Amino acid sequence: MPVTDDPATTAALARFERAVAAETRIEPRDEMPDAYRATLVRQIAQHAHSEIIGMQPEANWITRAPSLRRKAILIAKVQDEAGHGLYLYGAAETLGVGRAELLDKLHTGRQKYSSIFNYPTLTWADVGAIGWLVDGAAITNQVPLCRCSYGPYARAMVRICKEESFHQRQGYELLHTLARGTAEQRAMAQDAVDRWWWPSLMMFGPPDGDSPRTERSVAWRIKRHTNDELRQRFVDICVPQAASLGLTLPDPALRFDEARGHWEFGAIDWDEFRAVLRGEGPCNEERLAQRRRAHEEGAWVREAAAAYAAKRGGRGGGEGEEVAA
Amino acid sequence: MTAPGVALPLADDALILSHRLAEWAGHAPVLEEEVALANLALDLLGQARALYAMVGDEDALAFLRNERSFYNAQLTEQPNGDFAHTIARQLYFSTYQELLYGRLATGTDDVAALAAKAVSETAYHRDHAVTWTLRLGDGTAVSHTRMQRAADALWRYTGELFHPVVPGIDYAALHADWTARVTAVLTEATLTVPPFAPRRAGGLGREGVHTEPFGRLLAEMQHLHRSHPGASW
Repeated sequence: MPVTDDPATTAALARFERAVAAETRIEPRDEMPDAYRATLVRQIAQHAHSEIIGMQPEANWITRAPSLRRKAILIAKVQDEAGHGLYLYGAAETLGVGRAELLDKLHTGRQKYSSIFNYPTLTWADVGAIGWLVDGAAITNQVPLCRCSYGPYARAMVRICKEESFHQRQGYELLHTLARGTAEQRAMAQDAVDRWWWPSLMMFGPPDGDSPRTERSVAWRIKRHTNDELRQRFVDICVPQAASLGLTLPDPALRFDEARGHWEFGAIDWDEFRAVLRGEGPCNEERLAQRRRAHEEGAWVREAAAAYAAKRGGRGGGEGEEVAA
Repeated sequence: MTAPGVALPLADDALILSHRLAEWAGHAPVLEEEVALANLALDLLGQARALYAMVGDEDALAFLRNERSFYNAQLTEQPNGDFAHTIARQLYFSTYQELLYGRLATGTDDVAALAAKAVSETAYHRDHAVTWTLRLGDGTAVSHTRMQRAADALWRYTGELFHPVVPGIDYAALHADWTARVTAVLTEATLTVPPFAPRRAGGLGREGVHTEPFGRLLAEMQHLHRSHPGASW
């Protein structure tokens, strides 16, 4: 909790915390503590950045998709991700920051995106593993956010979760087809699951003992569950799904704990997690470089759109184009 | 080589242009264009699939033919270049496709039914291309130069679009309508209509003769499918 000696601020904070505890939705014009605003801006922006960077590992396979049906599904999915990025930047903008500023923070490394997108998509089966595991983990994280205390974020998440669960089923179905295909296809599916399993578990963030912001985010109803709670929920969902796919998960320590009613799993390599967050993952540099390049090479296009809009506006015809810049 | 028929060249146009547009994913100048370009790619891919279904198995047709058996117009296979090149290609092609589908839709066969459905998509595609041609042509000095360069560079591939493919279509009238529309847009965008006649006046792509980048496009598109003969995906 922020500490303050100012009685007016203290009273306002108490009012805010009572409202949040009573499950009142906070809206853009409502009073909110600076730290609440800052936490949300950071979280929503990083969520938006993850959607945008997350287009890259999948777009990597669009031009090589092995059937026209799969190609159409994959293009639609990448398009959805761009749309999710747009909703989320819109939600962040209700908190008083601009999209251009947030993109600048992404491009200069001052804001992060999900660690998972720093892993490469090496085979077609990775597209399925991303759908099943990465989107599955994202949904586990995001469904509780549909009840987040900040209204614009919660509403964006309702729309996003619907599309994400569709993607997740498509990913599962893709792997299911491979797992029942030729020996080579099956091996491709298993290899992809082996490579994506642990990074997917890392998507829930550091363990609870090492997650300094969790307590306050839970109190402010930004988060509803701790990282470890969500990670456990995800493992419990995935283990039977892996069995029905006929694939194994790369964890010899996996076993069902009757007493707890949960799957026990092995230790996560937190050194690797921290290295990826520091920018030392397999694709960190490539992902950021591609995003910067797209932005820099597109500058003349955005400038043209702005100049054209200004000219048309100057002609006073009311026929000026709305510019997407 | 079998005769391409009517559906196959139209399907190949849609498939190959869709492929080029999808190459933009993750590279677009603004996020709204990530959505828009993917949307165009999806519409065209949908058209290609519906047309292939009239001919045979869509995946066999897309993934198991070689360069000399594809009948798309060479315009559709041209590399994306900068955003202006992509927009010029879209302006030329979507204007052609909207006019052609408008005419085809008056028929009574399967292609007519598909054209009737697709004509609203192509109207959207043309609107997108026109809007960006105006913004780039009449935007900044830099964008004007780039848009003019793109309009000039792709102009030579437009003649081929009017090589007769569908019986009963008056391609000379189609060409005249197309020229009038494209001229109006380029002029409004403060651009100059390229002052030379399109060089690619023959039916090159329509006869399975393509430009060099096309082989590489197919190599990438078909590699995975061909690496696993008979597999299901």
